[in-house]
Amino acid sequence: MSKREDEGCGRRRRTEVGQKSEDCINSDSAVIAAFKVFQQELDTKHDKYERLVKSSRDITIESKRTIFLLHRVTSVPDVEEILNEADVKLDGVRQKIGQIAEELRGEDLHQFHRAITPGIQEYVEAVSFHHFIRHRTLISLEEINARLVFMRENKAVDEVTCPGPCVLTFQITPTDYLLGVADLTGELMRMCISSVGNGDMDTPFLLSGFLREIHDGFSFIGNTGPYEVSKKLHTLRQSLGKVEDACYTLRVRGSEIPKHMLADVFSSRAAHLDPDDAMP
Amino acid sequence: MSVTEMFSYIQGFLSVDQDIREDIRKVVQVLEQTAREILTVLQSVHQPTGFKDIPSKCLKARELFCTVRNHTGELKTKFPAEQYYRYHEHWRFVLQRLAFLAAFVVYLESESLVTREEVAKILAIEIDREKGFHLDVEDYLAGVLILASELSRLAVNSVTAGDYGRPLRISNFINELDSGFRLLNLKNDPLRKRYDGLKYDVKKIEEVVYDLSIRGLAKEQETGGE
Repeated sequence: MSKREDEGCGRRRRTEVGQKSEDCINSDSAVIAAFKVFQQELDTKHDKYERLVKSSRDITIESKRTIFLLHRVTSVPDVEEILNEADVKLDGVRQKIGQIAEELRGEDLHQFHRAITPGIQEYVEAVSFHHFIRHRTLISLEEINARLVFMRENKAVDEVTCPGPCVLTFQITPTDYLLGVADLTGELMRMCISSVGNGDMDTPFLLSGFLREIHDGFSFIGNTGPYEVSKKLHTLRQSLGKVEDACYTLRVRGSEIPKHMLADVFSSRAAHLDPDDAMP
Repeated sequence: MSVTEMFSYIQGFLSVDQDIREDIRKVVQVLEQTAREILTVLQSVHQPTGFKDIPSKCLKARELFCTVRNHTGELKTKFPAEQYYRYHEHWRFVLQRLAFLAAFVVYLESESLVTREEVAKILAIEIDREKGFHLDVEDYLAGVLILASELSRLAVNSVTAGDYGRPLRISNFINELDSGFRLLNLKNDPLRKRYDGLKYDVKKIEEVVYDLSIRGLAKEQETGGE
């Protein structure tokens, strides 16, 4: 019987002991045979999980970049150009979600949900931000899901089961949607502050109305939702407060200060707000 | 779709979800109750008197597993089969306990490790995800690890009860389990944490075997008893 020479050092076990015990234990026993099957099953699962985590990270990064890009609309004359550029980026993200859908084909989405949820939330945030800038409305869950349908050429292996290209869909769960929308409010708050900085007098009022609607929606859901939702509700309140403050200041002082100086008033305000802005 | 409509749609979804969870919780509570009953029955093997009628205890436990089968059957009807992992957390704990209890019964009867298929059969569930309510491999392994610590206790108590042969057999069994588990590449998850406890069970049984062998008690049993 081999002694356990590396107690408490689990990582090394992966390579060395796995090999070693295979040779020196009576490898024909039923227990060992069963555990070899388990080993394979667990490894397959863990590998799949890791691949999904990686895809999720890529989605997060690409979505964040899209959001940064979209923040530039406040200071650029040609909004449409930026929106189109963002669309291209989002298409790239959707391709990656397609990979996830491929990976999860025939699997239980919820078994691997933890691996992909950060990326999916970030994608919801980016796509809803994009939608808001273009249409000034909240994108619905169906609209998001409708764009996550992928055509895949079937490999020759499983041509018996379904010939020709088959349709692969990815369904975003309502919870992920909700959490993504909660993150969106942080972006809207930033957009509001920066648009004031650029002397835009209408957007803040529009944004505060929209944010209020979302806030009311979240209050409606309240604590019936999952735990993370109630946590984000707090941040949402803060964002709403900042936007409402900005609108208030605009209304009160807008009549006093000449337009060209307003920008200075707000850029100092925005700087003051900045430390709390660090929304993920 | 307006913002308000969207949120009430989501709210509708969330409340359906909550109802399902509520239903599951009720069934799981009953399952936990039965699991405790089975455990109570099996716990008596640690008593000096209990060693004599292990078969009858096992029989009684087997009867109680019939009730378990009814409840698992009921649990299956509470949610869509393809959403097993969405609600997994609710029954994970009790399923691990039940896997342990099934493994314990089988060990007491035949001194062998229960297979995953057998556990699934005792609980009237599947082993493949595709076929419906199933026993996740990690839950099965967690149950086996609970068995290991129960057996290390049994080894101590069987010495007290004068059964010197049993610790040696348990030692062989646990050692085999240990080498089995070492084949697995566990991630830093709850199962890994549990596995880390296995070495203490192994150690304890080794100590019992040592105590017996330096006193010549183990040998006596081997030549005389069996």
